[in-house]
Amino acid sequence: MRILDRLAHIDRRLIFLTIGLAVAIPIIMKLKMPIRISSEVRSAYETIEDLPEGSVVLASIDYDATSAPELTPMFRSFLRQCFRKKLKVVYTGHIAIGLPLAQFDLDMIATECGAVYGVDYINLGYRPGYTAVMIGIGREIRDFFAVDYRGVPVDSFPMMEGIHNYGDIALIVDFAHGLAAEYWIQYVVSRFGVRMFACVTGVMAPTLYPYLQAGQITGIIGGLQGAAEYEVLVGQPESAAFGMPAQSIAHLFILAFIVFGNIGYFISRRKK
Amino acid sequence: MNLLGTWIAAGLTVAILSFLYRDNPFYKFAEHLFVGVSAGYWVIYIWAFDVKPMLIDEFLRQAGVEKWLLIIPAVFGVMMLMRWVPRTAWISRWPISFTVGIAAGLALTAQVQGYIIPQIQATLLPLVSIGKTTSETIARSFNNIMIFVGVVCALLFFYFSREHKGALKVGSKVGIIFLMIGFGASFGYTVMARISLLIGRLTFLLQVFGLR
Repeated sequence: MRILDRLAHIDRRLIFLTIGLAVAIPIIMKLKMPIRISSEVRSAYETIEDLPEGSVVLASIDYDATSAPELTPMFRSFLRQCFRKKLKVVYTGHIAIGLPLAQFDLDMIATECGAVYGVDYINLGYRPGYTAVMIGIGREIRDFFAVDYRGVPVDSFPMMEGIHNYGDIALIVDFAHGLAAEYWIQYVVSRFGVRMFACVTGVMAPTLYPYLQAGQITGIIGGLQGAAEYEVLVGQPESAAFGMPAQSIAHLFILAFIVFGNIGYFISRRKK
Repeated sequence: MNLLGTWIAAGLTVAILSFLYRDNPFYKFAEHLFVGVSAGYWVIYIWAFDVKPMLIDEFLRQAGVEKWLLIIPAVFGVMMLMRWVPRTAWISRWPISFTVGIAAGLALTAQVQGYIIPQIQATLLPLVSIGKTTSETIARSFNNIMIFVGVVCALLFFYFSREHKGALKVGSKVGIIFLMIGFGASFGYTVMARISLLIGRLTFLLQVFGLR
């Protein structure tokens, strides 16, 4: 009884330390675990696989450093899949400080896959306006992005030939840690009929399942688990797949804390 | 230079994590530095990707009516900055009204076209859905019934025009169960997201300290 009482009033710093160790030890020991592929991630992966060579995919970077551990692995896997499939990637976004962050990954994966700037991918940079920009691209992309992120006219790049609006874009993939994915669905997918799937943080994933069930998006890659599954599908497991053992062990500890904390709480309440 | 940057990042990460023990000057320093750098970065970015290419460069490039139309957003921008002076702060209400009006107009159609109608359509499902096999039929029908019952009961919970008694009480209680399951799923995903961030930072720190 006394032990359960103590567990109900455990010092929060001890919980932090335990979770810290539960995460750090599997990373240091380089533990591995099998990863089961969920239908929503497989569906997202197959959406890209089904695209014919040369199709244009718009990648929207709507996250920043606060969500990088979850979304960076997804973005890298996405780029690998697109460049291997010889798809054209148009890179833009609605979070000003997120675009240069993801650009490190864009440049790194482009070099790794031998993709050429202006031919296989283009970085259009950031434009303010959010939903107004999303809708405006439906008319003409040059109304907002006459130049790329370095100020070079987009018409000077061969890949932009024939890309004017959503009619020329085969797929939108949103990498989001906020409401951007919902905005893309509501403002663009439903209005212009473009196909889309979302790569989002764990926090945002549950809000997107109704859209998946309604067939408005073709897949969801949610949180580190989704990122790990996507890495496995693309055939290059990296940080997300290696982080899953730490994630699972930390979850077990959190479950234990919740269970013991509640038992202790109910016992102490009964005593009173 | 790269090495120096990595060590600065590692130091700032440790400074932020030190808040878990208690508030301290290292945490305060890192927090203020982050806010300052972010604000400075936004200013430069807005100038480089917004004001200069879309207003100044466009004004110099365009000719005719389109050139002079750009004066309207420029004036609205200046009016927005009037907020800084208390005596002229009221002037900023006009551009704010303009942006609020546009946002509301865009959101209204988007909500109806992209959310309400597709979601209602997706809820109107046959309660018995025939699949290729018996197990598929059972699974699909079960899913459809769950969606139907979940939607109806959750809506009953938010029906406040009549006292929750009898069938209405039962329905609203079932609705609470569905809502709680939804909240639980969201909380579980949130825990996963927070642990993912910790994994990201600890992996980085362990790499810096040569432990991985």
